[in-house]
Amino acid sequence: MLLYKKTAAELSKMLRNRECSSVEICNSFLDRIKQNEKNTEAYITICDDIIDKAKEIDKMLALGEKLHALAGIPIALKDNISTKGIRTTCASKMLQNYIPPYDAYVVKKLKDAGMIITGKLNMDEFAMGSSTETSYFKKTHNPYDPDYVPGGSSGGCAAAVISGEAVLSLGSDTGGSIRQPAAFCGAVGFKPTYGSVSRYGLIAFASSLDQIGTICRDVSDTALLYNLICGYDKMDATSARREYPNFYSRLSDCNINGMRIGIPFEYFKENVSEEVIQNILNAIELLKYIGAEIYEISLPSTKYAVNAYYIISSAEASSNLARYDGVRYGYRTKNYNNLSDMYTKTRSEGFGDEVKRRIMLGNFVLSSGYYDKYYKKASDIRLMIKYEFNNAFKECDIIITPTYPTSAFKFGEHKDNLTKLYNNDIFTVPASLAGIPSISIPCGYSSKGLPIAMQIMGKNFSEMTLLKVAYAFEKLYGKPERME
Amino acid sequence: MIEDNEEHINEYEPVIGLEVHAELSTKTKIYCSCRNVFGGSPNTNVCPICMGLPGTLPSLNKKVVEYAVKAGIAMNCHINNISGHDRKNYFYPDLPKAYQISQWETPICENGYLDIVSDGRIKRIGINRIHIEEDAGKLLHESEKNSLADFNRCGVPLIEIVSEPDMNNSSQAKAYLETIKMILQYIGVSDCKMQEGSIRCDVNVSLRKKGSNKLGTRCELKNVNSFSSAIRGIEYEILRQTKILKSRGNIKQETRRWDDAIGKSIIMRTKENANDYRYFPEPDLKAIVISDYEIEKLKETIPELPNTKIWRYINEYGFSQIDAEIIVESTERAELFDKSVKLDICKPKTICNWILSDIAKIQNETGLAISDMNITADKLCTLISEVEKGNISNTAGKTVLSIIVKSGKDPLDIIKENNMAQNSDRESLRCIVRKVLLENPKSVNDYKNGKEKALGFIVGKCMQKSKGTANPSMLKEIILSEI
Repeated sequence: MLLYKKTAAELSKMLRNRECSSVEICNSFLDRIKQNEKNTEAYITICDDIIDKAKEIDKMLALGEKLHALAGIPIALKDNISTKGIRTTCASKMLQNYIPPYDAYVVKKLKDAGMIITGKLNMDEFAMGSSTETSYFKKTHNPYDPDYVPGGSSGGCAAAVISGEAVLSLGSDTGGSIRQPAAFCGAVGFKPTYGSVSRYGLIAFASSLDQIGTICRDVSDTALLYNLICGYDKMDATSARREYPNFYSRLSDCNINGMRIGIPFEYFKENVSEEVIQNILNAIELLKYIGAEIYEISLPSTKYAVNAYYIISSAEASSNLARYDGVRYGYRTKNYNNLSDMYTKTRSEGFGDEVKRRIMLGNFVLSSGYYDKYYKKASDIRLMIKYEFNNAFKECDIIITPTYPTSAFKFGEHKDNLTKLYNNDIFTVPASLAGIPSISIPCGYSSKGLPIAMQIMGKNFSEMTLLKVAYAFEKLYGKPERME
Repeated sequence: MIEDNEEHINEYEPVIGLEVHAELSTKTKIYCSCRNVFGGSPNTNVCPICMGLPGTLPSLNKKVVEYAVKAGIAMNCHINNISGHDRKNYFYPDLPKAYQISQWETPICENGYLDIVSDGRIKRIGINRIHIEEDAGKLLHESEKNSLADFNRCGVPLIEIVSEPDMNNSSQAKAYLETIKMILQYIGVSDCKMQEGSIRCDVNVSLRKKGSNKLGTRCELKNVNSFSSAIRGIEYEILRQTKILKSRGNIKQETRRWDDAIGKSIIMRTKENANDYRYFPEPDLKAIVISDYEIEKLKETIPELPNTKIWRYINEYGFSQIDAEIIVESTERAELFDKSVKLDICKPKTICNWILSDIAKIQNETGLAISDMNITADKLCTLISEVEKGNISNTAGKTVLSIIVKSGKDPLDIIKENNMAQNSDRESLRCIVRKVLLENPKSVNDYKNGKEKALGFIVGKCMQKSKGTANPSMLKEIILSEI
């Protein structure tokens, strides 16, 4: 079997048993990228020092040095995670030539472990979108069908991992940006608890919601990678000061007998495709079969979640993106008459439509006279949602919903109805607003053969429980076939 | 020019409120580990965080909270156990993130007051709030078309002290500003170096009919870079607004820029064009939580404050208001004074005289701070008591002081090494006098013929012979008896 088809856990084992070298692994991925990238278009930047780095690791392994389990394993990153010396664009014209002078916290962790960064992956511009269509650079295609979007905003991550152009990836999730593309491409997308992975170096979209997480091929790889990136970081004031268990080694103990699963059936009705509902119900039956208990729960405030989410995230984005003014770095317009003219032209030319739309919305909801009506109210809804989740988790251990109301859609399908597109975030935004962990795991296919996924949510820092349930389900259901 | 018309002024009462920004003298900046120092080559004291590079996050310097709370305690404020951070959004090239992290909804300190002394009367000025925020960079306008940005100052911690509109004239404003400056220096949270811009203020002025308690429309003056320009600005605004009201005009609420060079305020923006800062809670930082226990601990670190000190000097030592104020004005001076008094060797009044005359003179001549003068309470009191005991002359005392400043040596050693001890030995002085009288018969004659001046000459000659050590009063007495 070709190396690029294997999981990171398998590759790590082979590497340690001297069945292959890091150079061989990396070459396999580079060959796959060369052969397949024209179909996928997942990468914005491919690093040029991959083989050099792999040689260094091979040398250390040959000397018998004790290295991290992920040493020598390649990884690709969403292009909003800062990498020293490697341009980091957020898929925007604004940052087309921006090269960060420092590494994000997670990048430092990867490098310290000896992982090899293969490149930077396509995304919706500044992570705003759910199809990767708002990228300034290119359109990434769904590995299952090139006419369909890979989802977004971490579309490049999901497409690369499933098409064999990467084995592991880090993405970011603000309102579903990891879980939804993972669902569209049949990957495992994991958004951990807000604060469990440092945001230092993640280029902000909406600071109170942004969370770095993983998009991998299976649950084991997810646990392995999450083990490496979680932890307290003093550079991120919202980072949680706590100890984390070894998620990977504890996966094997995945008995879910007696696990209480809450299902908010009230959301399984309107605007959710029949195929999705059917597959989720089947998945729930499977979990019941291995001992889970099913409870119907109610989360009444979640019907306001999408509205609250778009107000809060846009408000924060309008502030976070104000720094792109052409003064210090990034794009600057060619001709201007004065300061105000430079600001206006730089930002008009440097940002795409979706980003501008959200900046305008955000400035509006924060402006004097509207703050209480919109931003304040949205913050109150957010508190109610948190409160309802807290109550729900007294009655159940985890909550299961579909990740998305439909399977992947076609390019341009929603361009005339953005409200509908935004409303489709109904299942993913509540966990983002509440800050709770959530994992998306494949659980079936649509009639067109596109992946369908379920979302498992848990209370704060219940990552171990989520991973165990996901692992148990994956063992029973099997991993979807990929890359053929 | 606006005419200064007493009559107009008397009809209206000015209402003045001040917003003072003081840079805190913490070792590092507020949200990153860059050093908190003034100046340096442009853009050398910066890092990705204070430059606001994409993806960076602030982490709050705990010392800043401590300093702000100390300022709040010293200004009699209520300290909030929980306060937040908020973003103030606006575009300007000296603000790298395009927002300033400040405190809007809940400041760290609220509802305080300061007692000031103005025109011989004590007045209580309300403090509305004290909040924490970050400083911005600086722009250097090279030419009409070109401006350069220096980001070294970005992230320097500031407190903004907002007064109630409780002042009615410029001398109260001056006293308020000086009181704040002294307090901040006393509690050691800001060096308040005006020339380095570490303390700045915005001024709000409005007028109302005398006797009315309704506030008039106010104007805000920005760009006030020194206390003296604040005073000039206030006086200008009072006259400008008085003139408008007298000619039955209306004051428009506006922000005006003070131009110190031409002594005028110029309109910057009207209320309609006011910035909408779109404040919202800073999501990158957690709330500031400070317990009552921590507040009590900080209370213990607050030294005796300037006003209390002045009051004590006047009441306990019988100082004049002016002497007490001058001693207290400088923390170093007051510290040297208090320590010297504590030694209980010399009288407070004598110590005060030495500090305000001899030490102040050296300071004026050399520009040295007391801390750079090698002068300790111990040395000062030893020196003073040597003079008081008549062991050395007053003149010699001044010389000893200047040697201490230069060398840091002990005064007794200096006196010994330089043979400066005063000669009060009657017999040896008589010898000198007799010699001088013999050598200068003309002067003796002149004196006897009524020329008083001649005595001075004789005294001088004797002093010269004694190498300046002769006890002057004893010397004079002997001359008169021998002549």
